[in-house]
Amino acid sequence: MRHVYIIGTGATPVGEHWDRSAASLAVEALNSALGTIPAARLGALYVASALSASLHAQSQIGALIATAAGIPGIEAVTIEAGGASGGVALRQACMAVASGAVDLAAVVGVEKVTDVLDARREAALALATDADWEAIHGVTLTALWALLMRRYMHEYGYAADDFAPFPINAHANGVANPHAMYRFAITADKVRGAPMVAEPLGLLDCSTAADGAAAVVIASEGLARELCAHPVRIAGSAVATDTLALHSRSNPLWLAAAAQTTTTALRSAHLTHGDVQVFDVTDPHGIAAALALESSGFAERGTAVALAREGAITPKGRLPLATGGGCKARGDTVGANGVYQIVELVAQLRGQAGVAQVDGARVALAQCMGGIGATVATHILTLD
Amino acid sequence: MDLAKHWRLRHARYRLEGQRNRLTGEVRFPPAPPHPGEAEEIWEPYVLSGRGRVYSFSIVRQPPEGFEDQPPYLVALVRLDEGPMVTAQLTDCDLDQAAIDMPVEMVTRRLRDLGPTGLIVYGYKFRPMVQR
Repeated sequence: MRHVYIIGTGATPVGEHWDRSAASLAVEALNSALGTIPAARLGALYVASALSASLHAQSQIGALIATAAGIPGIEAVTIEAGGASGGVALRQACMAVASGAVDLAAVVGVEKVTDVLDARREAALALATDADWEAIHGVTLTALWALLMRRYMHEYGYAADDFAPFPINAHANGVANPHAMYRFAITADKVRGAPMVAEPLGLLDCSTAADGAAAVVIASEGLARELCAHPVRIAGSAVATDTLALHSRSNPLWLAAAAQTTTTALRSAHLTHGDVQVFDVTDPHGIAAALALESSGFAERGTAVALAREGAITPKGRLPLATGGGCKARGDTVGANGVYQIVELVAQLRGQAGVAQVDGARVALAQCMGGIGATVATHILTLD
Repeated sequence: MDLAKHWRLRHARYRLEGQRNRLTGEVRFPPAPPHPGEAEEIWEPYVLSGRGRVYSFSIVRQPPEGFEDQPPYLVALVRLDEGPMVTAQLTDCDLDQAAIDMPVEMVTRRLRDLGPTGLIVYGYKFRPMVQR
């Protein structure tokens, strides 16, 4: 297999884009990622979107966006894997380039969620749960994370307040990200005083679903050297699944697909856990980030919340997390999150992350998950 | 209408009918087709007792479409006595009464109303165990 490189990234601001369509957001991100590279040179286009078909009654958005980008005719496909869509799409692009099938591919993650009211959006997000055995009971994704948070608190002796460092860190970092939806800091008092969404999860420990598009351009080694002065290598790439329903797992607090993909991605990169210097994971709530870190092997079970309390997840800590603001402050673009992660981590590796910069970062891990980890994609990015 | 979709799940939804492995005695819920290589008759229908304990619970305050008339409502993961875990609402239970490890039992209730041209979907919920 050939080595695979990221040679361009682009993203729109995350927010409420009332006046924009999904296609217009996607094309802006793609054009930004391509820079001076003609779109016609792309061999394949992978479009990630979790909710387009259900919220906009539009399938085949691969073809839609290829047309809008002026490259009808290109091999294009839509990838849906809930919140893991972006990472799974990146994996497809990696395999296409690594295999030699194409030399240049683009991944575009796009989500347009503000065209509908809250209840319809919650129902669309809940499509990532098991329709027959979870969603029919009125369970939302947020409620499932809340169930895990309460159990985690019960097993390891934490209070809800102990999770506050996750959204506080996300907001502190979001200030430096020009694409972030919320570019202001929050305090522990604010988090504590926020109204409940699904006990024990309060409003300030819940991400806001929002509109946005992000894109990356992937190239073979030869093309990367020709087209880009500072390519970033995708040294590891893995996707795995777990049971769709949370209740089917022997230990609901263990995200098996996160564990498996991290091991596989690190092994293919010839790296170990200790080599990773900066992280981005699916973190709509502190509990999600905590379980991702533990299941992926970066913290012992039951310790991630304590580590966050000690400052380990800040840009100066041992496990810098959500340096672009994460789902909470960047805004939760669902199927596009996995591509935003790559855009932000490439900025980290290029030393362009402003006040959220992790000093000397050369190895980054991006992990995105669909539902409660029913699909997980993990990628390792490195500087050569 | 989704008629067939809900009709075919009626045994599981109305009386918590799962499956028991004829060889190992393992009980599973919900029922599932045999895995590749597994003989179909290995798993026989088995009605669970409906008793269990709360593994965890939450309160939904921002409901999905179709549940707008219900909040705040309790949802839970319930560990059934036979081993499987299920997701369901807690009912006949005050919001501040729910607790981890609370003994509960299954009751059949309305899950949701699919509107004037749709079904009223019934199924299992769990209530605090009634002392007998």
